[in-house]
Amino acid sequence: MSKKEKILEIKHLKKNYDDTVVLNDINIDVCKGEVVVILGPSGCGKSTLLRCINGLETIQEGEIYLSGEKISNQDKKMHLVRQKVGMVFQSYDLFPHLTILDNILLGPMKAQHREKKEVVVEAEKLLERVGLLDKKNAYPRQLSGGQKQRVAIVRALCMHPQVMLFDEITAALDPEMVREVLDVMLELAKEGSTMVIVTHEMQFARAIADRIIFLDSSKLVEESSPEEFFTTPKTERAKQFLNVFDFDIAK
Amino acid sequence: MQDLGIRVLFEGKNLVRLLGGLWVTLQISLLSVALSILLGIILGMIMNMKNPVVKVITRIYLEFVRIMPQLVLLFLVYFGLTKAFGINLSGEVSAVIVFTIWGTAEMGDLVRGALQSIPKHQYESGRAIGLNEFQIYAHIIIPQTIRRLLPLAINLVTRMIKTTSLIVLIGVVEMVKVGQQIIESNRLEVPSAAIWIYAFIFFLYFIVCYPISRLSVRLEKKWKD
Repeated sequence: MSKKEKILEIKHLKKNYDDTVVLNDINIDVCKGEVVVILGPSGCGKSTLLRCINGLETIQEGEIYLSGEKISNQDKKMHLVRQKVGMVFQSYDLFPHLTILDNILLGPMKAQHREKKEVVVEAEKLLERVGLLDKKNAYPRQLSGGQKQRVAIVRALCMHPQVMLFDEITAALDPEMVREVLDVMLELAKEGSTMVIVTHEMQFARAIADRIIFLDSSKLVEESSPEEFFTTPKTERAKQFLNVFDFDIAK
Repeated sequence: MQDLGIRVLFEGKNLVRLLGGLWVTLQISLLSVALSILLGIILGMIMNMKNPVVKVITRIYLEFVRIMPQLVLLFLVYFGLTKAFGINLSGEVSAVIVFTIWGTAEMGDLVRGALQSIPKHQYESGRAIGLNEFQIYAHIIIPQTIRRLLPLAINLVTRMIKTTSLIVLIGVVEMVKVGQQIIESNRLEVPSAAIWIYAFIFFLYFIVCYPISRLSVRLEKKWKD
């Protein structure tokens, strides 16, 4: 793994809100084309970690590097960093006053000052790939949750990010819509996108991940391949966590 | 006889004078409304700041203006300033000042409410696609705020237009005052003029305010999320 080019490096990251430590001494490297899935119980700081990478939260100690460039706590320049880090949220936050196409165009045109024509071509291509080209002139309210989330992914992709962050993006969806969103992500992984994913879908995590990172009570507890993590977890805490997803037959 | 009353409207320059009065009413209202919207938007954004001192000051301002009847405010500015500081303002200027103070407070509160109703995620999504704070406001927050704000703001505008009728009491000759003058001068010959003149004034207020309030209903429907 070390031979590959490192895209994202997180070094000794510490994050706290006043006296509460949310993340403590986190070290993670993500290589180009790698898919890292972060697992852990609620409140372990998974989402906060993604928000720190994207600069939506400041960090108290440590550094984050993107392609060798320091991106943590950049304040004024943070919007430039975010143009290289795509993020999709749990609550499919499209802009309700814009059409689907305009939602996608906003970032590339206003933040990156790209040509409208070129971006439209790309946006339409991406929409077609996620099966939503016919919705390009619709408004977000006319779409289902799963469709909105696919648009949100396209919106992030259209910025050509070096790494994509997914924060429990299927958590608010109905079960039958989860699949369509996860399929899009699987396809991205196949194409070699670099992704950091927070999810509660264990089967999906196992299928998509190159590496699993397990967080618990603000610390990085275990880091291993998905095979290893799901079959023979190294730590007791990870075993307990995985057991939650198994049910004994009741009758 | 009732049919004599309406005649007064069309005698001499009465109709033109009434419309002239309407023009005064409109000038004062529209000027106040324009200033209130502009200052109200700024005030609303200030009220949204987290600074506790700013919060208290804006709160006091808002409560003060809401509790004071507009008439008292008018007297305070028109007579009070003259007595206390020797500042001599015309009735028209006093009216614009008072209605702007009032409108700014109300508008500011509407803007504050509309801004707060925009979910936090909208700001974060904007940041996540690399927009700077100014662009987030320009392309995401303000367009959505305006959609929520406009129906309420239009309501405020019609209220302001109607309330300008109070400025008769500080000697501004606007529509109601002109109406009273016409009624006075016809008191003996045409005692029933009053009802006709006031009905006509009602009609004039109606044709000014009704389209505005229709517009608000239409926009509300059109922008329904």
